[in-house]
Order: sequence, then C-alpha cells, then structure tokens
Amino acid sequence: MLGYIIRRILAVIPVMLIVAIFVFLLLRLTPGDPAAIIAGDAATPAQLERIRTSLGLADPLHIQFLTWAKLLFQGDLGTSLISRTPVTQMIGQRIWPTFNIAILTIALSVLIAVPMGVLAAWRHRTWVDYLVMAFSVLGFSIPVFVIGYLFIQAFSIELRWLPVQGYAAPSEGFGKFLSRAILPCLTLATIYVALIARMTRASMLEVLGEDYIRTARAKGVKETVVLFRHALRNAAVPIMTIIGTGFALLIGGVVVTESVFNIPGIGRLTVDAILARDYPVIQGMILLTSGLYVFINLLIDLSYTFFDPRIRY
Amino acid sequence: MAASPQPAARLQWLFGAIAVPRGWRAGAGPIIAAIVLFVIVFLALAAPLIVPHDPLAMDAVQRLKGPSDVHPLGTDAYGRDVLSRVITGGRISLFIGLGAAVVSVMIGLMIGLVSGFFRTADAIIMRIMDSLMAIPSILLAIALVALNGPSIWSVMGAITIPEIPRVVRLVRSVVLSAREEPYVEAAIALGSSMPKILWQHLMPNTLAPLIVQGTYICASAILTEAILSFLGAGVSTEIPTWGNIMAEGRIYFQLKPSLIFWPGLMLSLCILSINLLGDTARDMLDPRLKKREA
Amino acid sequence: MKFKTRSFDDVPGVLEVRDLTVRLAGNDTAPPVLDRVSLKIRQGETVCLVGESGSGKSVTSLSIMGLLPKGALVATGGRIELENRNLLELGPQAMRDMRARKISMIFQEPMTALNPVIRVGDQIGEVLDTHTRLPAREKKARVLDIMNQVHLPDVERIYRSYPHQLSGGQRQRIMIAMALILEPQLLIADEPTTALDVTTQKQILSLIAELQETHGTAVLFITHDMGVVAEIADTVHVMKLGQIVEHAPVEDLLRRPRQEYTKQLLQSVPSLTPRAPRAMSADGTVLSVSGLQKVYGAHGVFVRREPTRAASDVNFSISRGRTLGIVGESGSGKSTVARCIMRLVDPTDGDIRVADQEIARLSRRELRPYRKHIQIVFQDPFRSLNPRWTIGRSLIEGPLNIGTDKQAALKRAAELLTLVGLPDDAVNRYPHQFSGGQRQRVAIARAIAMEPDVLVADEAVSALDVSVQAQVLDLLDELQQKLGIAILFITHDLRVAAQICDEVVVMQHGRIVEHDTAANVLANPQHPYTRALIEAAPGRQWDFANFRELQTA
Repeated sequence: MLGYIIRRILAVIPVMLIVAIFVFLLLRLTPGDPAAIIAGDAATPAQLERIRTSLGLADPLHIQFLTWAKLLFQGDLGTSLISRTPVTQMIGQRIWPTFNIAILTIALSVLIAVPMGVLAAWRHRTWVDYLVMAFSVLGFSIPVFVIGYLFIQAFSIELRWLPVQGYAAPSEGFGKFLSRAILPCLTLATIYVALIARMTRASMLEVLGEDYIRTARAKGVKETVVLFRHALRNAAVPIMTIIGTGFALLIGGVVVTESVFNIPGIGRLTVDAILARDYPVIQGMILLTSGLYVFINLLIDLSYTFFDPRIRY
Repeated sequence: MAASPQPAARLQWLFGAIAVPRGWRAGAGPIIAAIVLFVIVFLALAAPLIVPHDPLAMDAVQRLKGPSDVHPLGTDAYGRDVLSRVITGGRISLFIGLGAAVVSVMIGLMIGLVSGFFRTADAIIMRIMDSLMAIPSILLAIALVALNGPSIWSVMGAITIPEIPRVVRLVRSVVLSAREEPYVEAAIALGSSMPKILWQHLMPNTLAPLIVQGTYICASAILTEAILSFLGAGVSTEIPTWGNIMAEGRIYFQLKPSLIFWPGLMLSLCILSINLLGDTARDMLDPRLKKREA
Repeated sequence: MKFKTRSFDDVPGVLEVRDLTVRLAGNDTAPPVLDRVSLKIRQGETVCLVGESGSGKSVTSLSIMGLLPKGALVATGGRIELENRNLLELGPQAMRDMRARKISMIFQEPMTALNPVIRVGDQIGEVLDTHTRLPAREKKARVLDIMNQVHLPDVERIYRSYPHQLSGGQRQRIMIAMALILEPQLLIADEPTTALDVTTQKQILSLIAELQETHGTAVLFITHDMGVVAEIADTVHVMKLGQIVEHAPVEDLLRRPRQEYTKQLLQSVPSLTPRAPRAMSADGTVLSVSGLQKVYGAHGVFVRREPTRAASDVNFSISRGRTLGIVGESGSGKSTVARCIMRLVDPTDGDIRVADQEIARLSRRELRPYRKHIQIVFQDPFRSLNPRWTIGRSLIEGPLNIGTDKQAALKRAAELLTLVGLPDDAVNRYPHQFSGGQRQRVAIARAIAMEPDVLVADEAVSALDVSVQAQVLDLLDELQQKLGIAILFITHDLRVAAQICDEVVVMQHGRIVEHDTAANVLANPQHPYTRALIEAAPGRQWDFANFRELQTA
C-alpha cells in the first residue's frame, strides 16, 4: 500500500520534468529569434538585447535549460514583459477568484452529474436516458462563451435577476459572492457536467451488467441499494478518472469564462497576456496549470485505493 | 453469437464480426444531424458563389444595422454583411476540424502502434504522452499560436498537437488487448513476422474506434478554433471564422446580441451534428455495447 | 454406482412450473426461448435440469427468480407456483420479498458473482438487513454461524475479507452461505461447480447435499455434466431448444433413456476407460522437453513479491503418431508448458527439441523457420480466428509465410476444409458465419496446413458441448491416423484424456507428479494427487454411453 503511494508520487517527477523541458523548448525551438517573437515587431534593438540577456540566449541550450530550471525550482517563473512584475506575484494576486469559482464549479458539477448518470443508466433506453444524453451532447457542442452570453442575456438582461458581470470575493459577503459567481459556475459546469454524466452512465451500464449485480438482486435487495451500494462504488474509478482529466477542460473554460464575465482571475490574466504577447506569463500559466493537473490526478489515483480494495500493489 | 443475417460484406474487413448490432436502428437524431451537417458543408464549400455580399466589404454607412432585405441578418461594426460572413466563416472551421482530425489520427495511429507493440519504446512514449496531456490543450494551443503567428497552419497545428496523445492512448490500449487474442498468438505460431502481425492483425482493430474518435476530435477542434479566435489567439481577423466574428461582436453584445447569436448557432449546430454522428458510430461499432444488448 | 432412489410420491411439492413460455421481448414471431416448460420440485428433492448450451436451462432458472433481463426476455405464458401463489403475477416488491427467504440462487462464476468492493461478511449480512430486523450482534452471530455451516476455515478472518482474497471454492461457499442463511424452501444452483476444479467440485457438491439434508431444502440443479447428474440427482429433466424432452428418476433415465436425444447426449459422454493405445512407431521422437522451467518474477523498486514457479523440471517426449496428455487442475502449469513449447512465452530454463533442433533459446527471428514443425489449437473457438479475415485467408497465412505459392495454398486450403469436414466453399466466408465446433475445425485445419510434426491442443475441446466435443475428438483421432501427427493434448478433463491419449502426464503445482500410459494412470494411479483427481471425477462408476455400470476389465 505504502509502496503504491510512493511509486505513484515518484511517477510524477518524470512527467513534470518532461512538461518543463517541453515548455522550455517551445520558445527556443520556434523558428526565428525568440527575442524577436517575444518582443513583437515594434521592438527597439535595446529591448531585444534586454530580452536576450534575460533569457540567456547566448549560452548553449542545456546551460540555458539548467539556469531556467534552477530559477523555476526556486519558484521564479520570470518577469512580465509588460508590467515588469514577477509572474508568480501576478498569479498570486489573481488566483483567488479563479480558485473559488473552480471549487464551486467542481462541487456543483459532481453533485448534478453523478445522479444524472446513475439515473440514465438505471433507466437505460427510456426517455430519462435520452434526455440525459441529449443534454450531455448539447453540453459538449455549445461553446462556453456562447453559453455564457446566453445566460447573461436570459438571467441578467431579460429577467434582471443577477448582475451582468463582475466579481465579489466571499469576504465581501457570501450572498454577494454567490450572486456574481453562480452564472460563471453554471457556464463552466455545463461541459463538465456533460462529461461526468456521460462517463457515469457508461460506467454504470457496464457495472449493472456484472454478475454481482444479479447476485444482489437475487438476494432481494432494493433497487436503490443495488444502484448506490453495489453499482456506484464499482463504477467509481472511471468516474474519478474523468473528473481528473476533465480538469484540463475546466482550465480552458476558466480562461474563456473569466473574460465573458469580467472576472479578475488568472484566466483573464492569460487572455491579457495573449493580447499583449507577454510570453513569460503564458509560460508561467502553462507550468502552473500542468502542475495542478498532475497534482489533482495524483490525488485521484491515490483515491482509487479507497474505492477498490483490489488496488494495492 | 449466431451468424448475423446479412453482413455488409464490404464493411466486413473494417469492422469484422463486430459490425452493426442486430436490431440496431438509427433514430431520427442522426439522420437530422447528417442533413444539417450536409447543409453546413455545402454552404461552406459553395460560399464564394452564393453569398449575397463580399464578406470583407466594409461600409461605414451601414454599421450595426438590423435585419433588412439587403442584409437579412444585419451588418457588423464595420458595416459588413453578417449573413455572408457567417456562411464564409464555416470554411475555416470545417477545414481546421477535418484537418486536425485526419492529421492527429494518422500520427497518433503510428505512434500508438509502435507503443503498443514494442515494450522498450512504450515506456518512453507514454511518459511523453502523459506530459503532453498534462498541459491543458487550450493553453498549449495559445502558446503555440502566440509563438508561431496567427496563420491557418499554425492554428491547425496548435489544435492538432494536443489531440495526439489521446489517439495514441486509444490505439495503444486496443493493440494491447488485441495482442492477447488467440488469433494473434496463432499468427505468431504460424511464423508471421512482427510487422505483418502489427499491420494485418492488430491495426484493423483500431480503425472502428479511430473513426469514432476522429469525429469527436473534429468536433472539438472546431470548438477549440472558435475559442482561440474568441480569445484573440486564432486565425487573423482578415479571414472571417465563426470564432472571430463572435470575438468582434463581443463589444456590442448588449447592443446587438445577434452578432454572437448567429455564428454561435451555426457553430453549435455544426459541432452538435458531428458529435451526434460520432455517438451513432460508437453505438454501432462498440463491441462491448453489443455484448450487453445480445 | 449408487443412485439416489428415494421416492417423492408422497412428499408435498415446493415449486411447480406449468407451461412456462418465454419469448424475446417484442418479437412474437421468433420461436419461443422456452416452450411450455413444466416441472415440479418437492421438499428435499434434487431436480437436475440438463441440456447443452442454448437449451434454455438458465432462462428457466432466471424466470423462477424473476430475474429475466429486462427488455430482452419476457414470460408470456404459464404459471410458476410457490405456496399457491403465481410468481409471474407478483409485483417487484413482493418478488423481492420472496428472494432469499423462499427461493435462493447460486451462480456459475464464483469469481464474478460477489461484489469485489464489499467485505464478504457484509455481503452475507446484507441478506439479513434486507429481510429481517436483527440487532447488530445477533446478525453477526448468524452470519458466522452459517459460515461455519459451509465449513469455511477461520471465519472471523474471512468475515472481514474481500472476495479477491479468497479462492474459488471459498467464494462459492460464501455464495451458498448467502443463499441458505434464511433457510429458503428452494435453492436454484445454476452450474455452480462448472468453473471449479474437480476436487473442489466434489467438496461443493457434498456440501450442498449436506445442507440440503439438514435444512430439508429442495434443489433445482442446472448442469451440462452427466457425471454430476449421476452423483446428485433424484429426478432429471432433459432440455433441448427450450423444451423439456424427457424427465425421469435418475436411474431410469441413465439406464433406459426413452428419447433419441437423451440417448445421443449420454452416448457423447466420453468414457473414463482409456482407448487402445497406438503402436510406438519406429520413427522415434518428434518433440522432447527436458528440464523445462518457467519462473514468473516480479521485480522493481518498491515491489516485493515471491517469484512464481509456474513450471519446474518438466521432462517428456512424444513420438510420431502418438498422443501425450497433460492433465491437471487450474494453476498446475499445464498451459504454461504448452505456451513455452510454442515459444509464446520464453522458458526460464530447459531444452525443447523439435525436428532435431533445440528451440528454447533461439531468438524470435531464428525460431521462425522451425515454427512450421509445431502448431497449436486454442480453447476459445470464438477468439482463435481473426473475425476480419475470410476462412481462406486464415488458412493460407502460415503456408504463405513458408514460401508456398498463393494459388497452391488456396487449393490446399479447400482440400483441408474437406478433410476437417467442412464444405470447401467455406474459404470465402467469415468466422462469425460458423458455429463454435465448426470454427474449431477451421483452427485445426489452419494448424494442419503447416504439415507440422506436433499439434498442441490447449484445452481445445473444453469450450464445446459434449456432442460437438465428441465430433472434434473423432476428427483429431482421424487426422492422427491419416497424417501420423503427434499430439500434445492439454486438458483438465480426465474423461477427455482417457479418450484421446496414449500416455498421460499429471501435473500439480508446476511439477509432473505422474507419467505413465493412459491405461496405467487411470486404472492404477500411483501418486495420491492422481488418485484424488480420479476419485473426484463425478459418475466414474457409470458407463454412460452404454447405459450401464462400468465393466471392469
């Protein structure tokens, strides 16, 4: 058991190392002068020179990587080309709105999606199932920002129930936070719910065909017990997996949603960085989100041992 | 397990005995989806011939006008005809969708076959694929476009690369389970060479799932292109795409929501149809699903 | 052979099925899956339902439990009466109340029939939770009591175990405990021992008999194995294509079967008396194995696991035209030996000589020219042919590899199909158009196409119904006579071994414990394990094919 945990944790190291190499090479291997790419067309020779020194472009590639990785390891993601503030500091200032909304979204999604998927599998090939599947395929197909604008149009402009845009921290009052966070959360949750509901349904359908489900029914156990005690726990591992891999989708959604709803989080930071071609910030965001992704999936991997006693090698 | 009544002989090679389950019927959904997709593709292909106006022609007088006989969907902030732009915008989206699907499936198939059959290569390839998957695809695409400039090719590449690991994993898992099949072991016993087994026995198993995966990639590539354009990291705004039409419409959203609504509708319908067709293909081809219904 | 002879004429009935008809849902034109099935089970009686696959045995049992797959099968006519109530008319809640209290069921696959994520004690306790209200302490006492009754060792520990920590036999005991804890009147056992080894099967059968005695339970026992029927049945019902074709007390049925189908079924049961051995040919040895060893080891950082010796010190040889059987239970290493010889896995140590060439240490590439001398037929006919390939393409795959011209190979393929008893136009058809037995013939033809010296048959008839099994065994026999091929036959079934082997090797825990002629091994076993195996073979004193006791020579 302990061996399993240690091995899982150690397995993270090569993955993160390759991510780092990849991100490092992304800029260096792009055709053309990296400094010119970063600085843009209107850069003065002095600016180019400053970027070259800050990237250490004169050194051989592996030296550049080691210097870069050393700084990275010390928590230094570089300095923004525009605001001249360290990237870590910029991210630190903007992370909380994103964090709050992401947590709320994940909780909301799991609470809605899992029962939906269970119901659809239980009532396989009935209108309930078709409705869930229809919702899920819609959720996949409508772009996040279209959903966002549809929600704003409906709830803020037509019905005037909620403010149009903006953000308030929970410290300013939970009601105020919720009234501004609920639409972004629902927007973000759509695709996540679609994803989880679909996987829950597929996984449950498979489990419901297993022999031990027939055994449970042969004992005279109630259907709700069959579904939630016998089936759902066995179906949990793929569902957890998709919650983990879906996290990447969530990050993509955050970037879009924050600009639709004008929320000052790290998603907006990224968009601003794209428009300003602030490459160190984009690079920092990639490293941060990849790290988070790997960390969350590590936690989920470790959680399998809780759901399935057979996993302990 | 009984013989199915009329096997479509030509599909036999592709799908083997796992062809269409008995009693499977396409509902109305996939048929409508196919028609919708056909119309969208037709409009996009024929766009230069059928659009009422030049999608790029600006007209300072006709800015942000509502629907009229001349401009059935109104005009945008530069006085360009929205209908013409929406029809033309599909060209880029569909091209990128199809291109990303084909390229990522082909590259993924090659890497996946190698990874599934050669243990030494497998460990390294899969670590790289795990790492690629750890980078959120939108951010990776953004970075690639930011570095390579906003051409169609760089956008397509930026969308294709993050899809490859998913294809590799799929192909690898199919190969890993198929190589345990007794017919593959029999082929080894019959003295068939490894490349021959890989290509003739194992590769065909991957085709059916790859077709399904390919449709999903196509849909998600179209979606990603729209998101990139919307964020300002897409194809340069000289070429209309559904994404950048909406991006330009954002500022006037409260004033004129139809600038987002029409391209959004086309985009959603298009992705929805492709996804529905993908689901249909999956239901037809999934052997496990068939087993459950048998 | 001692049959059960108790008369049940005066005993009150427990369950009566009358004219039960089951159809495919939404399809009234297809022939019914069950066609007016009637049977009666009385207190303490064991009714056996026998038939080949697809005969409707399991559908009958699931109908009684009310567990027919929803939306696929529906009972459209007849009655199932228990305590004067028609079970077919009960609502879902009323039916749930009947299960485990009045009728219980145990299934074929103990490996998959228990929920892998719930402790087995809790799974047994769930029956009590569902149907009774007992305080926790009393509940646990009852669970432990029934676990003792099914003779599980160390019940406190097993109570807390998960299914994957138990053996197949132990899991089936848990299933039985679960089924009998509320003392139902009827126990339905659907092939409960088919997935188990013979020695375990024997224990489970006697356990069911013992509990039946103490609790007075009626048992509906579903099986395809006539040996098991002879051991345990009071009354036998024979099913074919959804109908009951004959029923009678066990001894009547086995001595004086009235229906042609029953006779056929009994005649297909292979006899435990070995056939006459083939002459030792002068050509000598075509395959010899010496000191063969295979160790599966787990090594790596943070992984500590004992290496498993799947096979050690295995020696034998086969000469032209003869058959050597490797017999053993699951995990005995018999399949490992076959796979090593085929070089599908690499042996850890030892020599394998084929066609005067040592092949155990050749590289895959060096090995390829020698592949033609030794071919294999696998167990599962549904997976041993590429579903995407025509039969013809499968048949010529090997010959093309050794440089045969394509036209010649195709011509030969058609001849081979005739040889194995299939129409020669089968070349252009696909595997799914054939039955399991036919596919196995194709697999044999594919192996023969290489004109090998040795044919390895790895449980090649185990997945087939007895009547088909008999035909395939005949075919192998015929091919051996015609072509003089040597056969290495791997099986867990002593009856099959007796019918095809000249010599038998008995394996246990990866080692050979006995090696002699088939006649000696079966009639005069030396090793205690061999004796235990033979004693566990059900119905071994009965000569099914001749409807009489076995005549000892």
